[in-house]
Amino acid sequence: MSGALLNLTGVSLAFAGNTVLQNVNFQVAQGAVVSLIGPNGAGKTSLFNCITGFYKPQSGSITFDGHELLSLKPHKVTASGIARTFQNVRLFREMTVMQNVMSGMHSRTKSGAFAAILRLPSQRAEEAAIRDYCESCLRFVGVGPEEYDRIATTLAYGHQRRVEIARAIATQPKLLLLDEPAAGLNAGEKQELIVLIRRIRDERGISVLLIEHDTGLVMQVSERISVLDHGSMIAEGTAKEIQSNPKVIEAYLGQEDAEAELDF
Amino acid sequence: MSVFEIISHQLVNGLVLGSFYALVALGYTMIFGVIKLLNFAHGDLYMVGGFIGFLSLSAISSVVGSDWPGIFIAMFLSMIAVGFIGVIIERVAYHPMLSAPRLSILITALAVSLVLQNTVLSLTGGQYTAFKTDLGFGGINLGSLFISYNQMVLVATSGVLMIALQLFVTKTQFGRAMRAVSIDMDMSQLLGINVPVIIAVTFFIGSALAAAAGTMAGAYYGSIWYFMGFLIGLKAFTAAVIGGIGSIPGAMLGGLVLGLLEAFGTQIPFIGSEWKDVFSFAVLILVLVMKPTGLLGKSEQERM
Amino acid sequence: MAPRDTAASLADKIAARFQNPALRWGGIGLILVFLAVLPAVFGQYATVIMTNALLYVVLALGLNVVVGFAGLLDLGYAAFFAVGAYTIGILTLDFGVNFWLALPCAVLAAAIAGVIIGGPTLRLRSDYLAIVTLGFGEIVRFSARNLAITGKASGLSGIGQPWIFGWHIATPTDFYFVFCALAILAVVVSLRLENSRLGRAWLYVRHDEDVAEAMGINRVAVKLAAYVTGAIFASIGGAFFAANLGAISPESFSFTQSVLILMAVILGGMGKIPGVILGAFIVILGPELLRNLGELRLMVFAVMLLLIMLFRPSGIWPKRGARS
Repeated sequence: MSGALLNLTGVSLAFAGNTVLQNVNFQVAQGAVVSLIGPNGAGKTSLFNCITGFYKPQSGSITFDGHELLSLKPHKVTASGIARTFQNVRLFREMTVMQNVMSGMHSRTKSGAFAAILRLPSQRAEEAAIRDYCESCLRFVGVGPEEYDRIATTLAYGHQRRVEIARAIATQPKLLLLDEPAAGLNAGEKQELIVLIRRIRDERGISVLLIEHDTGLVMQVSERISVLDHGSMIAEGTAKEIQSNPKVIEAYLGQEDAEAELDF
Repeated sequence: MSVFEIISHQLVNGLVLGSFYALVALGYTMIFGVIKLLNFAHGDLYMVGGFIGFLSLSAISSVVGSDWPGIFIAMFLSMIAVGFIGVIIERVAYHPMLSAPRLSILITALAVSLVLQNTVLSLTGGQYTAFKTDLGFGGINLGSLFISYNQMVLVATSGVLMIALQLFVTKTQFGRAMRAVSIDMDMSQLLGINVPVIIAVTFFIGSALAAAAGTMAGAYYGSIWYFMGFLIGLKAFTAAVIGGIGSIPGAMLGGLVLGLLEAFGTQIPFIGSEWKDVFSFAVLILVLVMKPTGLLGKSEQERM
Repeated sequence: MAPRDTAASLADKIAARFQNPALRWGGIGLILVFLAVLPAVFGQYATVIMTNALLYVVLALGLNVVVGFAGLLDLGYAAFFAVGAYTIGILTLDFGVNFWLALPCAVLAAAIAGVIIGGPTLRLRSDYLAIVTLGFGEIVRFSARNLAITGKASGLSGIGQPWIFGWHIATPTDFYFVFCALAILAVVVSLRLENSRLGRAWLYVRHDEDVAEAMGINRVAVKLAAYVTGAIFASIGGAFFAANLGAISPESFSFTQSVLILMAVILGGMGKIPGVILGAFIVILGPELLRNLGELRLMVFAVMLLLIMLFRPSGIWPKRGARS
């Protein structure tokens, strides 16, 4: 699958001798919604961190849109078109919703100190464009104008998740990585999230890769599912194929909360 | 002087200087180990230690004299007093800040340093205070190399303190708990370790060691003043970083390495003694930039 | 506890009054009128003190970019102040360069110094950075004290006063107005930077470096920009400081100087421009009001700093009026 948008081959990562990821091969096709599941501690977030440049795998290759990502710093990875959210919502504290989302536009804009000090017309136009685009992102995720100037961390939890997604979308990515986007959401909010994920792909043309524990949501939203266990990819396929895969069932039965997790 | 004489002479100077640096560096490294704080006030505890040692010696010298026995008693008193000052500082200033942004706690530490400095400044009027002792000028001659008894006692005392600390940390229950806290504070708490007590003990020991160095330095050099902790604080921090911050043997090694580097650095042509401190700072910056984990420090885990 | 809360909420209430734009512009107008008439009304002594306070406004606003906006603890900021002052001194005295030609050189020298020291060190942990900057500050001061070209311990003297458009900036009152202009310029530049793409990037990096990086912000470049901006503010302050006094010596650029500027930033409130201005005035005018304190002056500031950090880490100036 060399035509895939994101392509990981033979990625291995270890910390102080402890293997975290072992020879992981993994693809995300252009325009797909793909889920990465696996028991706690399987290495899912570490895989995200490898893709986004926060961890440097000891071996392997990660290509995105035909370019090698492995040597890139995180900000370059973002500039190349990958955006992410975080497991426990990480909004900039003491900053407003709008300011938070504006951070996403940084790599897509360029005015510097001199333009700002002199208030050049180009800088003012760019500032207005940033604001417009961020408003469109916030509207898209369903955050209204009355919330733009509120301190982001004072919003209801579900709305903080939305702001975080808007912030990621503002980087104008080709691929969006969502790290447990449904954690802490109630049933209604989860349904809205499913709709939002589909709209992100359909209306904005952004491919989506998500890590999620809520298997019901995973089954509903994703076309392909990959299963990671103890740092190795043990299965890949459609929801149906994964549900009946004996390796997957075994991996989840090894977990104490297997009952709850294997609620396909 | 022959090259050999210069080398052996500077070796002795380096050892003396290095002992002071090592004692102060130990406190930096221990405190950094348990609460990951760079205690800017640590050099000032060395200074306060020098003053309390001086006051103690003045109080007891009529009974025990002011030769080494008297200095040792004064040093011991100073260590106890400064140990408690360290504990109070931690309780009052650092403890409430442990969950605050790192910038805030660093500024707090700076504020504590300034309060200590300026307290002594206003008490002494900023003047040097003569630290009068009855220490003699005797020593032994090894060929052309002269080593004074004072230098020997000083290096030996530092050595004893460091060995005692190493035994305490590796052989006692408390020491093991201290290491556990430095590795993972939350986990230690869960395992039933009384973390606040461990932190307090760490501050006590670290501060007491600085006080020991301060008293000995005062007695050895013969004068003390409110700003004496500033430079040595910076240099001891350099020593701690050279050895690997968080590592106790590293702090000792780093102290000696820096002491020797400085002693020999001033012998390099064109680097006169007026450039000695610039030399130390340049070493500090180079070490931090090139090898922030130091000689014996563990490399930090990748971020996030 | 209670008196502190009352004092804090009182400050917040007073500030709330000034949210109103008409009142705010009125306030700014009053301040400008006050600045304009001050030399005539209060006399030379007050003018000289105010000149010093305005210099501190420039320096504190510059350090505020580094500490308040970007969250980098710089303990050697006076070094850049020194680079500005000494560049002017050396170029005008030894090379006969005109002040206005020497000024951009001073700015350039400080910016280069900022890149040299900041480039390799800004990726370090914040506490290591604090120590590196302190070491750098001391290196600059020791070098000034040891080098022949900087006049060793006695420094440089006889630095000439500049002319501008046929006006010789010579008297204390002249320099007072020059520093008024510099302070206003520093305020305007700070405000414009704060509300810009770069200014926001500083805040993102200050709040959460990793997330900022994940949002596509090159944290090292952004921090370097803050560091160099701060250096430029300080060098301009230093250049006019040298021209005003006509003489400079290494002791004007000591660690204590760096700490005083840092105090101005923190007392008023890191990152808040009006707070930083207030802080600069407290640091300079405070000792004038409490003249009989003598050596206790720094002590009072040190205790204030400690109390601020423990009880109101956001500084004296109230938090922004964002709804929550």
